[in-house]
Amino acid sequence: MAEVLVLVELNPAASASGGSVPRKTTLEALTAARALGEPSAVVIGAPGTAAGLQDALAEYGAAKVYVAESDEVEAYLVAPKAEVLAQLVREKSPAAVVIPSSPEGKEIAGRLAIKTGSGFLTDVTEIRADGTATQVAFAGATIVHSQVTVGTPIYTLRGNSVTPEPAPGAAEQETVQVTLSDAARVTKVTDRVVEQKSSRPELTEASIVVSGGRGVASAENFAIIESLADSLGAAVGASRAAVDSGFYPHSFQVGQTGKTVSPQLYIAVGISGAIQHRAGMQTSKTIVAVNKDPEAPIFELADFGVVGDLNTVVPAATEQITARR
Amino acid sequence: MNIVVLVKQVPDSGSERKLDPSDNTVARATADNVINEMDEYAIEEALTVKEAHGGEVTILTVGPDTATDAIRKALSMGADKAVHVSDPAIHGSCAVQTSAVIAAALGTLEYDLVLCGAEATDAQLSVMPALLAERLGLPQLSGARKLTVEGGMAKIERQTDGGYWEVEAPLPAIVSTWDTINEPRYPSFKGIMAAKKKPVQTLTLADLGIDPATVGLATATSKVVDFAGRPPKGEGVKVPDEGDGAEKLVGYLAAQKIV
Ligand SMILES: Cc1cc2nc3c(=O)[nH]c(=O)nc-3n(C[C@H](O)[C@H](O)[C@H](O)COP(=O)(O)OP(=O)(O)OC[C@H]3O[C@@H](n4cnc5c(N)ncnc54)[C@H](O)[C@@H]3O)c2cc1C
Ligand SMILES: Nc1ncnc2c1ncn2[C@@H]1O[C@H](COP(=O)(O)O)[C@@H](O)[C@H]1O
Repeated sequence: MAEVLVLVELNPAASASGGSVPRKTTLEALTAARALGEPSAVVIGAPGTAAGLQDALAEYGAAKVYVAESDEVEAYLVAPKAEVLAQLVREKSPAAVVIPSSPEGKEIAGRLAIKTGSGFLTDVTEIRADGTATQVAFAGATIVHSQVTVGTPIYTLRGNSVTPEPAPGAAEQETVQVTLSDAARVTKVTDRVVEQKSSRPELTEASIVVSGGRGVASAENFAIIESLADSLGAAVGASRAAVDSGFYPHSFQVGQTGKTVSPQLYIAVGISGAIQHRAGMQTSKTIVAVNKDPEAPIFELADFGVVGDLNTVVPAATEQITARR
Repeated sequence: MNIVVLVKQVPDSGSERKLDPSDNTVARATADNVINEMDEYAIEEALTVKEAHGGEVTILTVGPDTATDAIRKALSMGADKAVHVSDPAIHGSCAVQTSAVIAAALGTLEYDLVLCGAEATDAQLSVMPALLAERLGLPQLSGARKLTVEGGMAKIERQTDGGYWEVEAPLPAIVSTWDTINEPRYPSFKGIMAAKKKPVQTLTLADLGIDPATVGLATATSKVVDFAGRPPKGEGVKVPDEGDGAEKLVGYLAAQKIV
């Protein structure tokens, strides 16, 4: 069966504490890759990275695990990972490469495409056996089917668009020698700073997201949003207006210039539903809105909407949800 | 310090955007076209660096003739001059091909720094700095929320999930900027008047020595096979809060087996 390379993305929280756990996006990518052939996981990281990953990769169908470990790959931005993948593409001639979509994942895909003379598709939500991928364009308004027509197809897979399904794999390890070119060692990463530690689920991975907008009215009042989120085990998001007003940090922004989320349930509180906000949440399975303006465009999207003041509706809902637990 | 800012014209993300069913490319001719909003932050950053270090800011755009509007906007903000690569053969190019054109155009310019937006709002790829860095062998400093240029080095804070990375490289380098980096200035009346007289050099593929057969729809590295509007969602339910809003909401979540 054709071999498909899948780049392993690590869970940053686990990495920070020294362990390595694959992100859910990796399991999604392994699952999606099976449409095209037999997935081989590619682990690129500091020495010791692959050790903790073996079982999860085997469980999700990796036939092989290519282990490219070196301190240098973490010391420089993006280019080393693209170089290692390009080396593997040359040696293994895979049918395709699947990379979890993230800012870094997309940049790796781009550099790999230039290195291997290939085309690439970003943020795909589905990959079919014939190589056709589905993409969502224009704030979710248009569904596109596309194909790579040159070289080894490279896909970046949008998080939460494929359900990870276990499948047995041998996960046979093979060490990859890392020898980086000078060109891959120009952009130095000198520090990695975590500003917001959160015990809540990661925004792009969460199955429920509760987002607040300008209507929340202050940073303090975002506690209402956080409490509702916590009662549901949800992640917290924010509209750009809420971020620009200083109510909530930028890394939680949902929308065109923020995160794209696709949870089972998205609750928009005090958010009008501007097209740029929709761009980041429109593909959510179920959408619930609370807004005092019955004409707010968010209601056009909502499966269920409450026209009312968020300051009374949301705390009461939180209380009732907590009482049901 | 000579700075080139890459500026793309895109269909306004706030208006209706479409693909053209005749060839499945972005319908630019009929769109309400504007300067890519992210690029305004790159222009602002370029002007700030110029104010500190001197030099010249050149706008570089690859796009159809209508893109002159975006170029004028960039010049009215304070950039000094522009290069506009326009050629009918470029229509339908994929990002890989566009990066080859931009790389060739950069080859005609002298620069210490290339600035661009972190993302064009039409295709939302966020790949151009990576593609160009790869082609030109330039350091890639992408996704900046802060930029410092000093002693022949560029340093950025690369925005990440929940924080940032400190990243640095020697000049010349390519830097892309998010909307968190600054507050772009509005063009002044004087700026708008001055922009009309600023030089805009128009280049074709022939001027750049690019074979037209290597760009455009026919040889693009990826293609749109078909597309459709997203199926409309079923009519949702909207209820007024008459003191029972929370109850109705929780009732709905319970019916969906969420709580
Ligand atoms: C290029 C570009 C990119 C952008 N990217 C993004 C992006 O990534 N993400 C994003 O979100 N936006 C983005 N925007 C901004 C977007 O256009 C909107 O301005 C923004 O989404 C509005 O946020 P909002 O809904 O919170 O605020 P508003 O539009 O001001 O809406 C606030 C809502 O709260 C309601 N409300 C007020 N008080 C209460 C109350 N007490 N109870 C209940 N409801 C109440 C109001 O009725 C109103 O509907 C972008 C814009 C541009 C031009
Ligand atoms: N055709 C183009 N002409 C000039 N600059 C471009 C073009 N396409 C992309 N760019 C630049 O690259 C950035 C990222 O674009 P993208 O990778 O397409 O999302 C944009 O914000 C622009 O600064």
